[in-house]
Amino acid sequence: MKQNDLILQTVTKVAAFVILLFAVAIFLGGHYSPGGGFVGGLMTSAAIVLLLLAYDIKTVTKILPIDYKLMIGSGLFISSLTVAGGLVFGVPLMTHVYRYIDLPILGHISLHTAVLFDLGVYLVVVGVTMTIIQTIGESE
Amino acid sequence: MNNLTFMPVLWPLFTGIILIFFAKKIKLQRGISLFSSLIGIVISLYLVLSVNNQGILTLGVGSWDAPFGIVIVADMLSSLLVLTTNIIGSAILIYSFYSIGKERETHYYYPVFQFLLIGVNGAFLTGDLFNLFVFFEVMLMASYVLLVLGGTKIQLRESLKYIIVNVLSSAFFVIMVAYLYSVLGTLNMAHLSQRISEVNQPGIISVIAIGFLIVFGLKGAIFPLFQWLPGSYYAPPIPVMALFGALLTKVGIYAIFRTYTLMFYHDQNFTHTFLAVLGILTIIIGVIGAIAYWDVKKIIIYNIIIAVGVIIFGISLMNEQALSGSILYIIHDMLIKAALFLLVGIMIKISGSDNLRNMGGLIKQYPALAWTFFIAAISLAGIPPFSGFAGKLLILQGAAEKEAYFGMAAVLISSLMVLYSVMKIFINGFWGTPKADYTLAKNTVNKMLVPAVLLVVLSVLFGVGTESIYPFISQAVDTLMNPDIYIDAVLKE
Repeated sequence: MKQNDLILQTVTKVAAFVILLFAVAIFLGGHYSPGGGFVGGLMTSAAIVLLLLAYDIKTVTKILPIDYKLMIGSGLFISSLTVAGGLVFGVPLMTHVYRYIDLPILGHISLHTAVLFDLGVYLVVVGVTMTIIQTIGESE
Repeated sequence: MNNLTFMPVLWPLFTGIILIFFAKKIKLQRGISLFSSLIGIVISLYLVLSVNNQGILTLGVGSWDAPFGIVIVADMLSSLLVLTTNIIGSAILIYSFYSIGKERETHYYYPVFQFLLIGVNGAFLTGDLFNLFVFFEVMLMASYVLLVLGGTKIQLRESLKYIIVNVLSSAFFVIMVAYLYSVLGTLNMAHLSQRISEVNQPGIISVIAIGFLIVFGLKGAIFPLFQWLPGSYYAPPIPVMALFGALLTKVGIYAIFRTYTLMFYHDQNFTHTFLAVLGILTIIIGVIGAIAYWDVKKIIIYNIIIAVGVIIFGISLMNEQALSGSILYIIHDMLIKAALFLLVGIMIKISGSDNLRNMGGLIKQYPALAWTFFIAAISLAGIPPFSGFAGKLLILQGAAEKEAYFGMAAVLISSLMVLYSVMKIFINGFWGTPKADYTLAKNTVNKMLVPAVLLVVLSVLFGVGTESIYPFISQAVDTLMNPDIYIDAVLKE
């Protein structure tokens, strides 16, 4: 039986982008307000899962031709590099550094090495979630 | 501050991550893994020598000072165990090349192998109780994957048991950590030790100590919490079994070592007597299992339990001889158990069966295998001058000093029974007439024999040269006997 999911598909086209943008906002806001790499990653995966529900695995892999296992690897690698940064600068591992800088449009903002670590977390979370969902989905 | 302290964790982490990217390229994976584990040995050797020169090394991770942040502490006991872990890891890795099979190799066997090493090294090095839990979890996650990888029926069945047991014990671990925190307000081990001596270990702390004993006893397989071990360790392929048998239970024992010498040592009449009784019962149960079975894997697995009992009994005595005996014995046991598992693995591969009744006469075709096994067997039983002897002798001396004659008898009789159980393998497996045509090429056997021979040689050297490494052991015991050394190193930097 062919399902008619026109409404779902149409809404998804807009909603997926909104969710993705919100995920980025939450990810960046993580240092001073609730959020961060983990939640941001989960939300991003939620957007991709919504796409999976509305369309199917083939379409989604066409839109996002990503090997999620390599994404886990890259995430881990980025996070571990931030950890190992301490070796280069001769401070204890995982030491956190931040600076305030002024940028033309964004204004007075702070840059943290923790964000780099969080970026790794973000990639790992998206990678792990999507690998699990794809593995379950494929076996059907 | 010394970043070297954390390198035994960071190095396999990077190796594991890099291996993820080359999951399908087996040759490259093997190369990277081997290279990395050799470097790992060098790093941990350097760590041992640094600790020997400079005393206990600490690292306040993220520039947070103890007791507020997490500290990584490398004292002599930890660094010796880390070194042993890395050596065993490399040997088992080489063995895996010839026996683990292509299917597993392309399905992330090597990365997970590295992740297991992260967990084990981290558990040895951490100076924070909650962080210990985290590294236990890292180690367990990796072990779940290694146990289930391959997906045979027996593996799936045993993985389920293993996961249930470990999830329960992890939950219990967190509960105990929470209790300890609510009583003492800290989780840094040195700080805990300090505060426990300030209040002189009231009843509630002793209860928590026993709670921790349940947690660590489950991982370390002491009586009566060992039932999961013979089944679960039986299921995976030989390299994984060797890895589990040599390393995982020892992490549990190390945790008992740490907590019962550093923190819960004020009410020894209660806690350490309890420990001694459990140790002796563990020995007895292990001996019964080791004698009863005709399955070679089962015999060696029950020998793990005996060794756990002996070490636990040594810890419970809490005097200098017994503790140095326990440290010698734990290192000896890690080396020799890994070697024995690998050797038994070769025997099973040759004869196609793990039942002794279907083996026999292997010595004619494979003399090198037979004699390596013989040396490993008598080392395990503790015949001088091999490696098991010094450790057991010191434990017995310690027991004599404490007048724990029943325990002494148990340890002595268990040695005899251990000798019987491994000689049973030797006599039935290697002597007599061959039960089948053994067709496995000598060349293959010799290749697989290399890592086992390396481990046996190392353990023989360890036995013969006990005198020359004794300074290291006594430095480790100093820290265990005088918790102030540990506390000063962590809190007063």
